[in-house]
Amino acid sequence: MSTPTADSRQTNEGKVYTVTGGDWDDLFDETGDPLEDEKLVINLGPQHPSTHGVLRIVCDLDGESVEKARAVVGYLHTGIEKNVEYRTYTQAPTFLTRADYLSPLFTEASYAMSVERLLNADVPIRADIIRVITMEICRISSHWIWLATGGMELGSTTAATNGFRARNYCLDILENITGLRMNHAYIRPGGVAQDLAADFDEAFTWWADKMDDEIDGVERLLTGQPIWIRRLKGVGFLNVPGCLQVGVTGPMLRAAGLGWDLRKTEPYLTYDEYDFEVPTHDAGDCWSRYVVRVAEMRESLKICRQAFEHLKSEGPGPVMVEDKKIGWPAQLSIGADGMGNSLEHVKHIMGQSMEALIHHFKLVTEGFRVPAGQAYVAIEGPRGELGAHVVSDGGTRPWRVHLREPSFINLQALPALSEGGLLADVIASVASLDPVMGGCDR
Amino acid sequence: MSISTPNPNSGKDETREDTKENAAPPRPSARRQRRGSGSSAKRDETATEATPATDAAEQPADDGQASDAKDAAAPEGSKPQGAAEGDEVAARVTDPTAFVSHARSEFDPTPAPQASGRRGLFGVEGSGDTSGMGGLVTQAGSGIPSVSSPRPYGGWFDEVADIFAKAYPQWNKAHLATMVDRGEITFYVEKSHIAKIMQIARDNSSLRFELLSSLSGVDYYRGDGGVSSTGDPQQDEYRKQRLHVVYHLTSMTFRRRVRFEVATTVEDPHVPTVSEVYPTADWQERETYDMFGVIFDGHHALTRILMPDDWNGFPQRKDYPLGGIDVEYKGASIPPPDQRRSYK
Repeated sequence: MSTPTADSRQTNEGKVYTVTGGDWDDLFDETGDPLEDEKLVINLGPQHPSTHGVLRIVCDLDGESVEKARAVVGYLHTGIEKNVEYRTYTQAPTFLTRADYLSPLFTEASYAMSVERLLNADVPIRADIIRVITMEICRISSHWIWLATGGMELGSTTAATNGFRARNYCLDILENITGLRMNHAYIRPGGVAQDLAADFDEAFTWWADKMDDEIDGVERLLTGQPIWIRRLKGVGFLNVPGCLQVGVTGPMLRAAGLGWDLRKTEPYLTYDEYDFEVPTHDAGDCWSRYVVRVAEMRESLKICRQAFEHLKSEGPGPVMVEDKKIGWPAQLSIGADGMGNSLEHVKHIMGQSMEALIHHFKLVTEGFRVPAGQAYVAIEGPRGELGAHVVSDGGTRPWRVHLREPSFINLQALPALSEGGLLADVIASVASLDPVMGGCDR
Repeated sequence: MSISTPNPNSGKDETREDTKENAAPPRPSARRQRRGSGSSAKRDETATEATPATDAAEQPADDGQASDAKDAAAPEGSKPQGAAEGDEVAARVTDPTAFVSHARSEFDPTPAPQASGRRGLFGVEGSGDTSGMGGLVTQAGSGIPSVSSPRPYGGWFDEVADIFAKAYPQWNKAHLATMVDRGEITFYVEKSHIAKIMQIARDNSSLRFELLSSLSGVDYYRGDGGVSSTGDPQQDEYRKQRLHVVYHLTSMTFRRRVRFEVATTVEDPHVPTVSEVYPTADWQERETYDMFGVIFDGHHALTRILMPDDWNGFPQRKDYPLGGIDVEYKGASIPPPDQRRSYK
């Protein structure tokens, strides 16, 4: 049985109390309330729900207000950037999709677009539109997770269950398109891995209607709710200059009032052909971020519907570059046992064309060569600017891939959001940052 | 790598052969120990700056220059760089002594963690490509170009380049080259000037690069640093500066993006910090320090951010091994990714 108050030792912090495994009452009885005049350093997390064991926030508390907050990251370091240096350009998305696992398609897309810029490849329009649809579905899905986890942290378990239910619908349709619910590796350099499934039209219509209901539902549940408003309003303030200084982009920047959205300012793929708004708000607090993100989900749904129509008007076509030296030769199809090569393709390469077999073999084992140089392509991810810096030395493997991950950059704003506030507001602030540690640590 | 391959590792080191003959599955602990000893040796080498020769032999990965290093055994300059694959083979065959000495230099009696001394399919050298698809000339990771792109660069590139030259008095001293490639502009500058240039990029009213989008490192180490010569003394000097720091700046006002790049050596990896100009560089510089060992002078808390505080080595340097163990599945054994056969 250890003493309730740990032996004090001389530090430059003064007397240090350790209460691990102890009881607050013992501490108070013997020495009075140390919290009255002593600074309390607590480690928030790793049990913090939205960061599930991989983010630690060291808070210096004075009473209940936060004097200092420091984020400690790196628990999830997976070496994705290092690993892809040992894989071909086509294998790399399989790793990169696992970086930000809540918005995998964005990482894939920015990487694929970077490689395409290096290759100077001409991606078919159908692939571009499919990318837009999948990315916007993914954005909605990511925002649902933000809402669900954020709601749960603030005590609204209904928001959590509703959010996860709505996200499940998004995963269903992504499964219909890509064959996988998460970690898709669907957007590849040169196009997308496979064309849409035969029943995509029905699935999409069903999903879009469902999303309308779900977004209405969460607005009814939370937007006017007094507890929700009082937990969020005036909490975690960050204005536009503050955002730009620490490099915060995305919904946080738009909630502070600057309508900076790469889909509008530097249109890529086919975003300039769709009619949508960039929602902004002026307060720059957690409430603004809630309003902006919910509005963004509606706008994304709008883009999805327009892109769906666009896809129909374009008609069928290739989804991979025509260049046989780049285009992934395998023709994937969803079989009874998951995803695999289509039988026609196997028949073709095994029985009909020696050249096709050689192409298949060379591209699958060796990969394609990318001319030396470097490219940086930034797209608008659900958390802000997501850029892929790809360096090639002319070989079949990327020389260096660096992801400019908004989660990593945005977490720098954590002290600015929480210092001076209350401990409970740290939770709301972190939730409003919407960090995904997989993207942060890479 | 197909799992249906019956035994891709026949001809590996003897310990593994024994294991196969005894038909007893290797105990995980024993295997780990064997692996561990190999990898720790490698780690030590990294710490003490492995000599280029051993490193070239150690690294079977995609360093395009590795084949050049081995070709050094053949008479230097017997073939022009970038000659066709056939010429290379012909040159090698006509000089049998070179071939023998080359083979001997590659033989390593110690059980290496990699797949024996064999490289490529059927012992083929180079890419082994006969399809004609592999003819792309590998460049030395670009590095710093010795000449700038010709003017005009096109679009707003000329204007921005002129403004930088005018706004920064020491531009002529700082500026090494400007590269316009694939619709992106890159300014290569001397590292000591980078913080001052960033200040101007942010504050000058006709530049207004408000946002530092990304700051990261690239290691252009090729395994032959200082050994081979490009013939251009300036290029040779740059090739020693293998650590590059890349800055991507965004101007929200003018909707422009530029890239700055500085280079530094491993011996003197000091680069001025830009975190006082762009506070967002705080964590990004720490990450670059953590991964590449670039020391940003003036940074207020340059500590490791992703790796533990007491970690040795810088993981994303090219001479830092990837690590990993064999994957064994249904009798097939697949080496870790950095030790697999690779195509250049």
